[in-house]
Amino acid sequence: MSTTTAVGTPSRLGLPKWAAPAGVAVVFVAAYLVFRGTGTLPHDKEAPQFLAVTDLREWIDDHRNDNPLFLYFLNYIRLFVGALYDLFQTVLHALGWPGITGVMGALAWLAGGWRIGLLAVAGVSAFGFLGLWQHSVDTLALVAVAVLLSLAIGIPIGVWAGLSGRVRRAVTPVLDVMQIMPTFAYLAPLALFFHIGAPAGAIATMIYSIPPAIRITALAISGVSPTAVEASSSLGATRWQTLFKVYLPLARSTMALAINQTIMMALSMVVIANLISAPGLGEEIIRGLSRAQVGIMLPAGVAIVIMAVMLDRMMMAIARRGPHTKPSKIDLVGAGVLGAGGLVLIPVLPGEWPESWTVNVVAEVNDAVLWAETTWYPVTTFIKDFTTYALLNPLEGLLTSAPWWLVALAVLAVAWRVSGVRPALIALGCLLAIALLGTWEHAMQTMTTVAVAVLATLVIGLLLGVAAARSPRFSAVQRPLLDAAQTMPAFVYLLPALALFETTRFTAIFASIIYAVPPVVRLVEDGIKAVPAEVVEAATSAGSTPGQLLWKVQLPMARRAILLAANQGIVMTLAMVVVGGLVGAGALGYDVVLGFSQRTDFGLGFVAGIATVLLGVMLDRITQGADRRPSPRKRMST
Amino acid sequence: MKIRLLAGLLALGLAAVGCGGAKVETSPSASAAPQGGSSSAPGTVKIAINPWVGYEASANVVAYLLKNELGYNVEMPEIKEQLAWEGFETGDVDVIIENWGHPDLKKKFIEEKKVAVEAGSTGNKGVIGWYIPKWMADKYPDITDYKNLNKYAELFKTSESGDKGQLLFGDPSYVSNEEALIKNLKLNFKVVVGGSEAALIKGAQQAQAQQKPLLFYFWDPHWLFSKTELVRVNLPAYTEGCDADPKKVACDYPEMDLDKIVSKKFADSGGKAYELVKNFSWTNEDQNAVADDMTNNGMTGEQAAKKWVEANTAKWQAWIPK
Repeated sequence: MSTTTAVGTPSRLGLPKWAAPAGVAVVFVAAYLVFRGTGTLPHDKEAPQFLAVTDLREWIDDHRNDNPLFLYFLNYIRLFVGALYDLFQTVLHALGWPGITGVMGALAWLAGGWRIGLLAVAGVSAFGFLGLWQHSVDTLALVAVAVLLSLAIGIPIGVWAGLSGRVRRAVTPVLDVMQIMPTFAYLAPLALFFHIGAPAGAIATMIYSIPPAIRITALAISGVSPTAVEASSSLGATRWQTLFKVYLPLARSTMALAINQTIMMALSMVVIANLISAPGLGEEIIRGLSRAQVGIMLPAGVAIVIMAVMLDRMMMAIARRGPHTKPSKIDLVGAGVLGAGGLVLIPVLPGEWPESWTVNVVAEVNDAVLWAETTWYPVTTFIKDFTTYALLNPLEGLLTSAPWWLVALAVLAVAWRVSGVRPALIALGCLLAIALLGTWEHAMQTMTTVAVAVLATLVIGLLLGVAAARSPRFSAVQRPLLDAAQTMPAFVYLLPALALFETTRFTAIFASIIYAVPPVVRLVEDGIKAVPAEVVEAATSAGSTPGQLLWKVQLPMARRAILLAANQGIVMTLAMVVVGGLVGAGALGYDVVLGFSQRTDFGLGFVAGIATVLLGVMLDRITQGADRRPSPRKRMST
Repeated sequence: MKIRLLAGLLALGLAAVGCGGAKVETSPSASAAPQGGSSSAPGTVKIAINPWVGYEASANVVAYLLKNELGYNVEMPEIKEQLAWEGFETGDVDVIIENWGHPDLKKKFIEEKKVAVEAGSTGNKGVIGWYIPKWMADKYPDITDYKNLNKYAELFKTSESGDKGQLLFGDPSYVSNEEALIKNLKLNFKVVVGGSEAALIKGAQQAQAQQKPLLFYFWDPHWLFSKTELVRVNLPAYTEGCDADPKKVACDYPEMDLDKIVSKKFADSGGKAYELVKNFSWTNEDQNAVADDMTNNGMTGEQAAKKWVEANTAKWQAWIPK
């Protein structure tokens, strides 16, 4: 921790600019050497904090059916969501595959023409081909419920926030925290209040997918031109008329984006919700994980990706369409025929996808994974062991053997330096809360994993980003890959990691690297490209070599973008490292998994979830100021 | 429009549950009793699937018979041991086909909440223990006594266990006293979670084949014992009640009579399906044969169950209710 304080600083007293941070770093190193091993907070599974939560859960379990809060409020929510899910599920199953294919195809056709329609038909059929019809329909129903409710709650709040600055300011910090919160953290509290099963899964998914609905809606509404609003109200329109006739139509395409984002978030959460027994494709993922068979997981992963791509393309097509373009007659007829055809075929064809039409690739995929495992064993083991022994273990040793107050001071110092006083105090508060919760040691271990993963992510992201910024051809090849990577639900990245590295801490690191690299690459590339052409020209004409140009001009000037990339990378990595608890990452993520696996450890899992959120907020605050504060170099030049 | 629809649904929901407040149980689950509007069609039995192949073997054979002899629909959701008990309450689970002890859960869900009932033994005897590959027992004869484990801790070190010896564990949901045992027996070991039965099997096979040291959690009945030679490490012998307090456990696992647990609702209205589940009882050899086919002979659960059913007509005929 202490070495990271060595950030460049402007010279003031004639000392070299690295002197102050280096001095601080030396003090920290000395303090560590003196106090190491003292003031550590070793993990205790039986800590009173955990036991208290476990007891609370037992109490709630005993009184779920006689406490008024549950009897007259929470259980109704559960029942309502459950009924909605049952409704969707029943309707979808009644439609059967001919009906769903026809209707989805028709909707897609109306949304974006015959190509998208064809895509939807192919996508829906793929669920059947993969032998996952039943699970896919369950997932679709769960996503539909979660998205519908998210929008029903999110859009009104978003509109309100878009119209009123005060509401926006009140809502934003809440959304910030909700979005830093790793998916895992939602599950335990929800299981506490809403029990397990499909309704609890839908609610968990909903909470995760509401923030983008609110945020983007607010953005869309506040982006509506004031002239249009004034024109409307001067013509005597009421507020509601203005809202429905001016704001909403004008914000329409951005609102489609909001719906799109909501769907994508829901899709990535819906799988994890299986940990609290929600049905659907997640079941296959968990089944594959607990049997260490990538062959079982891969088709489910592919199905989720197909679902994501299909819905994404449909929503994007709607977003791109102008407000007044109506589908042509041909489109209407085509979509109508497709939809009606599907519906007519319902009684004719069996509702379940016929088994003889499925391809079973489990054995083949398992064989391929085995082949990769054995063939690349020397390479993968070397990478894994090298990272573990050279980076993970020493850093973990450092963080867990350092006194807690020294780590806290280091966090305070770094956050202060990078982001300023307020974020530094928030970061410190989070860290102290983690200590009080009794999750110190595991939080330090998780932080180690995150640090190593972020380091690797940044190195790779910088390399690829710089390469893309310098070579348009490379960029053109890379872009579609990045686009695709960003529509994929997070856990899909666990699959290749698991195939190559089995269950170790490194598996989670590898997964989080491939998860977090795409946005980092993009930010770096955009940052470097945003350096004004005149500056680059000036440097070149002054005789800079390409290397000098990069190191002395482009990278320093793209500093903000790069720091923003680091911030993004950290938040994404943390989310993934925690999900990595499923594949051997240990520490906080595993505690959460354990909380659902063993009743006696429920408290531990619950508290670990909270600690994860605190850790996320802390890491975010440490780095977030980076893009707001003027860079030292700028200060120097002014 | 949506709002109106939602409000309508809410009203319906409220009307449906009456005014006496809402209990947590939603969909009237499973069972043979026809239920309109719920997610489960009439005659659907939900057997929770726990993540070890022996369990799946039992579940698949019962499911095969329910489907093909009695005409039921069978759902087999992947729900882990302790969550499955909660599933009795929410209606997500009708049957746990192989239960390993869990006296605390029995007390809570059978005696206190009255949402589950016992449905008799599976006929399988189960015992959990710590194992090493046979070559280690040959090379270090005294290693099978837990008192000497610390002497050999060095051998078991891995990148994940740091400066302690590694005790490889399976799925996080398995019955486990490992943490307490290590603490109370003062062993210089650390539990490393492999995450799955497969990780344990693979570890064991590699350890014996490549003469690598490995100490791991495992259980019988399991097909692995007929393929790879393993030796059990002797912990302090089990005595009645020595595992009563999970924090103070310092003894080996007992041999358990594995049993079946079903939801109260299923026991009351499950009809012939319940009868079949109650009658189901077979030997460790039977289970191992099916599990072996599922793991090593490339068969799906259904195929393996079919093979066993076709070869053992006399056995299962006795389970079918008259």
